[in-house]
Amino acid sequence: MSASAIREDDQATTALRSKVTTTKKKKKARRPSPRRSRWLPYLLLLPAVIMELLIHIVPMLVGIWMSFIKLTKIYIANWSAAPWAGFQNYAIAVDFDASIGAALLQSFFVTAAFSLLALGISWGLGMAAAVALQQPFRGRGLVRTIFLVPYALPAYAGILTWNFMLQRDTGLVNHVLVDNLHLTGDRPFWLLGGNAFASIVTVAVWRLWPFAFLSLMAGLQSIPSDLYEAAAVDGAGNLRQWRHITLPSLRPVNLVLILVLFLWTFNDFNTPYVLFGNGQPAGGDLISFHIYNASFLTWNFGIGSAMSVLLLLFLFVVTAAYLLITRERNTTPKAASKPAPKAPARTEDSHA
Amino acid sequence: MRLRSLSRFTVAAITVPAIALGAAACSSSSGGSSSGSDTGSGGSGTTLTYWASNQAPSLDKDKEVLTPVLAQFTQQTGIKVNLEVIGWNDLQTRIQTAITSNSGPDVLNIGNTWAASLQATGAFMPYDSAAFTAIGGKEKFVKPAMDTGGAPGQDPTSVPYLGLAYGLYYNKQMLKDAGIQPPTTWEEMVAAAQKLTNTAKSTYGFALAAGSYTENVHFAFINGSQNGGEWFDSAGKPTFTSDANVQGVLRYLNLMQKDKVVNASNAQYDNGTKAVNDFATKKVAMILNQNNADNSIQSNGMKSDEYGVVPFPAPTGGQKIATFIAGINMSIFKNTKNKDAALQFVKFMTSPETQKTLGKPFSSLPVLKGETPVFTDNPEEAKTFADIYANMSKPLPLVPGEDQFESTVGKAMNTMFAKIATGGTVSADDVKAALKDAQDQVAAAS
Repeated sequence: MSASAIREDDQATTALRSKVTTTKKKKKARRPSPRRSRWLPYLLLLPAVIMELLIHIVPMLVGIWMSFIKLTKIYIANWSAAPWAGFQNYAIAVDFDASIGAALLQSFFVTAAFSLLALGISWGLGMAAAVALQQPFRGRGLVRTIFLVPYALPAYAGILTWNFMLQRDTGLVNHVLVDNLHLTGDRPFWLLGGNAFASIVTVAVWRLWPFAFLSLMAGLQSIPSDLYEAAAVDGAGNLRQWRHITLPSLRPVNLVLILVLFLWTFNDFNTPYVLFGNGQPAGGDLISFHIYNASFLTWNFGIGSAMSVLLLLFLFVVTAAYLLITRERNTTPKAASKPAPKAPARTEDSHA
Repeated sequence: MRLRSLSRFTVAAITVPAIALGAAACSSSSGGSSSGSDTGSGGSGTTLTYWASNQAPSLDKDKEVLTPVLAQFTQQTGIKVNLEVIGWNDLQTRIQTAITSNSGPDVLNIGNTWAASLQATGAFMPYDSAAFTAIGGKEKFVKPAMDTGGAPGQDPTSVPYLGLAYGLYYNKQMLKDAGIQPPTTWEEMVAAAQKLTNTAKSTYGFALAAGSYTENVHFAFINGSQNGGEWFDSAGKPTFTSDANVQGVLRYLNLMQKDKVVNASNAQYDNGTKAVNDFATKKVAMILNQNNADNSIQSNGMKSDEYGVVPFPAPTGGQKIATFIAGINMSIFKNTKNKDAALQFVKFMTSPETQKTLGKPFSSLPVLKGETPVFTDNPEEAKTFADIYANMSKPLPLVPGEDQFESTVGKAMNTMFAKIATGGTVSADDVKAALKDAQDQVAAAS
């Protein structure tokens, strides 16, 4: 333990020194044209800022405005004529005793369960695969490539293929399960009823885990192998090495990865939309899909926007809480300047 | 230190694919807007954008049929037409999106049952007397078809283009082998279907597009109407949950649930074509379809003398309603820059010559006075459909909420079929609750 800690400190100091030197050199080189360097970064940022405004911020603000007007079919050709609705759309959306609110709440629970499962399984698979491919071996590149295939495929093509595979009469899944393996007598439906939940979790995991794998693999690359060697000398087994070296070193990766996976799964629209098409099975009624259907079914975009704003608020609160909690935990071990042995356990907690 | 360099790497590793994924998610189909090269005097050089609905067995086939017709129009007028064929499951959403974003085509096909609803959006050009004169006069259309043009008492925002009606298609040989006459009542139909169902051989009496909201809602309407049910009151308020409607819906659902004459797989049939294929390939003895099924049946290898058509039967004592006035209408977007060209196009598409050309490949009933059906070479079938259309039809409610009735009740039917297919039961109370939900959604949106 102590040997590895010292070694790491040494390394850190050397790295720091070289960094400081390079920064100084860079500063010197830039000095001749301070005016240009002051504006250049903003200029470079400008296209991104404009696009961000156009693609994200403006539509979001329009969406918020829409949630406060009675934007039904009668007004969609001329939005400005739509009467002000105040919080009426919100009141309908959160009236859980009435059918619209109850359906939204139900969809929220389905989405929460889906999100947790898809995130957990994707992360677990990604971590397992990344660790398995950490040591070089013959054909590692090939295996890596194969693992990344679902990520490289266009989402629609991939999900549509799943849709074909999960058909009851003509699908590959039932062909294998029922015709070849004779596991069930009756052909189950995978895109209708309760099985739809299992289907959508499977498809989402299939799509997402390569991303977890990719991120974790990238993270693993930068853990120096001496750490593992030192730990092995100290008698730590694989599991212990993973817990005390891999996990804490991957903490920054995991912080971002888990947040991103959560947001993607909770917001997932493509998967249910392509997988279920016009069907909307209760088990696969994810919230984005639900809101889309609620809006387009009756052309009631005011209420759809109100639901979207509620979803946005929820995700915002969760993300803010997540960032706050993880930052607090981040600062404590840093103040101690040495990775405390307890840190890994905490990191692990946050995955649950 | 290590952490910092690691996190920068991570950020890059995560951000780049994240952006890629976001970009992929953002891509969506955008409505093609008109791209008139002149200011729209309606002469040569103008290009119209036209959205056609799916009438042939496939979208490609539609294109194949329409392309020479449009070329002829271009030849006559010098006006070019950009064609896009849109499937039924997407058409309503595409129209909505086009209205919302003001980026619609110049001319488009609509399901005639949506006419009053789309009229209420104000996005379509009303056909006033001048417009009617430009397309050859209101009088050229048959009355039942023209009545679907919009809400009563207003200038219609659509004109009839293709006429359609539902019929009960049966396989002559299969019925003959079982010693069954074509059914004339609901009870006879169910009995026949039960006799023709042999689950061991995977043959069924019926195939239904039980996962298609448009098909499902049509039968909710027809079965409810046979019981004397109304789906809207005179003020345009939804009355979905009346006993007549509930029992009508349940009767239709029971074809799969209680009578078991429909394969549970049909709950995944999200368009009419799949049921038609089962019929044409002789897996099922009967289907309920509009007369444009002829095309798909024959393109699947079944000859027109191998099947017969009778009106969709009502239960004994029920009202003899076998169809609604189905069909396709043509509308012009109000904000078109090519109004004259658009009117010329509508005139061309509703001319007797074009109607004759399209009547066969689109298997449609004539919407013009004095024309005879050309969609089939079987005179008996032509007569049956003409009779159903003229005498056993009831128009869907011509109220602004009609499309919402279609989407909410249709979807509720999909869900109930799915429940039955996956082993659940749907009682009259469940139907009532589902219809109540649909009604609440319509009420919230009006």
